[in-house]
Amino acid sequence: MKDDYDVIVVGSGAAGGMTAFILAVHGVKVLMLEAGRDYDPVTETPMFQLPSDAPLRGISTPDKPFGFFDATVDGGWTVPGEPYTTSDDADDEFMWWRARMLGGRTNHWGRISLRMGPYDYKPYSRDGLGFDWPMTYEDMAPWYDKTEALIGVFGSNDGLENTPNSSPGVLQPPPAPRVHELMAQKVCQDELNIPTIASHLAILTEKQDYEKWPKELFPGNPLAQKVLRQSMMERAACFWATPCGRGCSIKANFQSTTVLLPPALATGNLTIRTDAMVREVTTDATGKATGVHYIDKRTRKDEHVSAKLVVLAASACETARIMLNSKSTLFPEGIGNGSGKVGKYLMDTVGTWVSGRIPALENMPPHNQDGASGMHLYMPWWGYQQQEKGQLDFARGYHIEFGGGRGMPSAWTFAGLGGQSGGAYGQRFKEEARRHYGTGIGFGGRGEMIPNEDCYCEIDPSGAVDEYGIPTLKFHWKWSEHETNQCRHMQHTFRDIIEGMGGEVHTEIHDDGAKAIAKPGEIIHEVGGAIMGDNPDRSVVNQYCQSHEVPNLFVTDGACFVSNADKNPTLSIMAIAWRASDYIVEQMNQGAFT
Amino acid sequence: MSGPQKKPTGAPRLARRRVLQLIAAAATAPVFWSAPGIATMGIKRGPAGTATDPDLINPNIPWELQLTDAERLLLEVLCDIIIPADEKSPAASAIGAHDFIDEWVSAPYDTMAGDLDRIRNGLAWLEAESARRFDGEFAQLEPAQQTAICDDICHPPAAKPEHAEAAWFFDRVRMLTAMAFYTTREGMNDVGYVGNVPLDRWNPPPAAALKHVGLK
Repeated sequence: MKDDYDVIVVGSGAAGGMTAFILAVHGVKVLMLEAGRDYDPVTETPMFQLPSDAPLRGISTPDKPFGFFDATVDGGWTVPGEPYTTSDDADDEFMWWRARMLGGRTNHWGRISLRMGPYDYKPYSRDGLGFDWPMTYEDMAPWYDKTEALIGVFGSNDGLENTPNSSPGVLQPPPAPRVHELMAQKVCQDELNIPTIASHLAILTEKQDYEKWPKELFPGNPLAQKVLRQSMMERAACFWATPCGRGCSIKANFQSTTVLLPPALATGNLTIRTDAMVREVTTDATGKATGVHYIDKRTRKDEHVSAKLVVLAASACETARIMLNSKSTLFPEGIGNGSGKVGKYLMDTVGTWVSGRIPALENMPPHNQDGASGMHLYMPWWGYQQQEKGQLDFARGYHIEFGGGRGMPSAWTFAGLGGQSGGAYGQRFKEEARRHYGTGIGFGGRGEMIPNEDCYCEIDPSGAVDEYGIPTLKFHWKWSEHETNQCRHMQHTFRDIIEGMGGEVHTEIHDDGAKAIAKPGEIIHEVGGAIMGDNPDRSVVNQYCQSHEVPNLFVTDGACFVSNADKNPTLSIMAIAWRASDYIVEQMNQGAFT
Repeated sequence: MSGPQKKPTGAPRLARRRVLQLIAAAATAPVFWSAPGIATMGIKRGPAGTATDPDLINPNIPWELQLTDAERLLLEVLCDIIIPADEKSPAASAIGAHDFIDEWVSAPYDTMAGDLDRIRNGLAWLEAESARRFDGEFAQLEPAQQTAICDDICHPPAAKPEHAEAAWFFDRVRMLTAMAFYTTREGMNDVGYVGNVPLDRWNPPPAAALKHVGLK
């Protein structure tokens, strides 16, 4: 096959999809390599199926860890044939989620789209911990606006500290909250001083303005306007039914496969090769990237493709793995790893849960509470001033996600009712089910973890390889007290909210945060491993995701993250990838990378 | 989904599943597509049909069912005692709760490890107890006699020591019956779930719902 590509993009998810889209609409010839299979949400998404349509009522299994109907293909925290290990002295086992499918994890993600704020880009300057990003929030704000307008995000502008507003007209209107959300909001705001505002989810609540946005997002670019207009026309607004985690056949929510790849393909400038498991980036004698080696999973053959520029967007740990495996005389420790920082400063989100039951919700008049699948309200972090004054024993914040109400019953909804009802069966069991339905509630904390020297991945020194012969990763992990103390605070806060709602807590409340903290990787917000910075001795890429040592190598996924704010990373990944892609186009137009 | 397969063949379950995976993997068509789009390329796409990439639109159960006819019949009776028909919804057997339990106990995952033996032994205990106390088969007993036995085993924390194991069996059957029943349209209607329908617009909660919890 003739290699006439300008750019190879490794990965097709949030970062790869955005990078390929932006490059393609600017006339750049792109080859996208995806390790998983081809996937089409329009034909493959089970939309209105009930759990009873699935094996085992759709419960989570090791083969389908988020349930049978979850969109994830060949993925989860374990992938057949693709092992990894964690060091014996780690605080806990690292759990590495992957999705081997076109569009990656964007097909099933929670669609929570929160901007990082001014503090989040300069955390070191604020409290002396971790690192500052090389750019500011103000530098990034235009790309957040553009990304939100492109993918479609609903939410509200509340003007809260470090919780940035979007520019006027960018956000779609948020849906009205459900009853249990209003109850929680009342308790949080009236009694606990916790702001409770519209969540920001990448779901269309109304049809996108396909006349306005293509022109505003891509002025003077008829090709971009044409393909984006068509793509926006083909997306429907949410019809307030079916779980987003299954994907969306009407394209109301954001998936790379429905929002970024179709218009990118329509330019004629993108070629996608699936089942292509990238092993390493190749270089020439001058240290320039020349292309990549990948294993064609169907033939098991090692293939090589060339391009002027290589973008890694394979997900944070996979990107670090590819870089570390790309060894050569010039780069004995892996490509672009002169700093020794590749694989270092891995971060996940601090997570914990508390659940309970709200008796006041019993016998609620039946009404439809499906809504936008996810939560309509959330609680952004409220303790910035307390932390500034040193009143808390953890340095960074968390936001609260919560769920409850009269959603579609799952297999587990009434599984514990026998015990809760003191052994009911027969007619009494049915009555207990009616009474209990819709009364459960659960709160989840999503907190910022501070990067540390003990959290990293490396190529497994044992020499282990995966089924494609590619050396595998070994993870190392230690939490600091900032994370475990924060986790304790979450536990107590969630208890207070549930009790404030007149409810009973059903899970154990932990005073030792280390006992309640989710495993590293479990929240699936892993970032870092090729962090940004201005100083080539202490970072891997610059603020445009460009390798300090290999100018035609870019890392546009979460690997480049310098901190991991409590804000779920996907929106920022896309904004950063767009900004980096604009930079690539500018550089190309100036004659670089030839 | 396809109907439940009848009767065990004696094939080791895990091995069979692995075989199915391998067959399906071998049948995977190559996928390579390019601009201007997949539709024009005429290349077969779609799921591999493996356990980690099942057909979500037309699911099937790739493992052999293990319970005997007699066991399934007895389960059917017990499921209906746990969730009987009333004016709001049918009995558990009408939505196939006993089929689901067979599917569950036959599945190859850790979640249900031990359940096949537990259900089997529990069903055997139920028949033995029926013979001991009432000199009959459980399915043929008077409702009051069935209830007398179930009352002894319906709540594990309250069960006498000699009923401890039977109580855990009953609890498991109740859990599985509830899982089966309330995940069907009939069970969802029973508790008042009215969603999973497309709407033109999203409305705030009705006034009666807000009033119910003291919100205006």
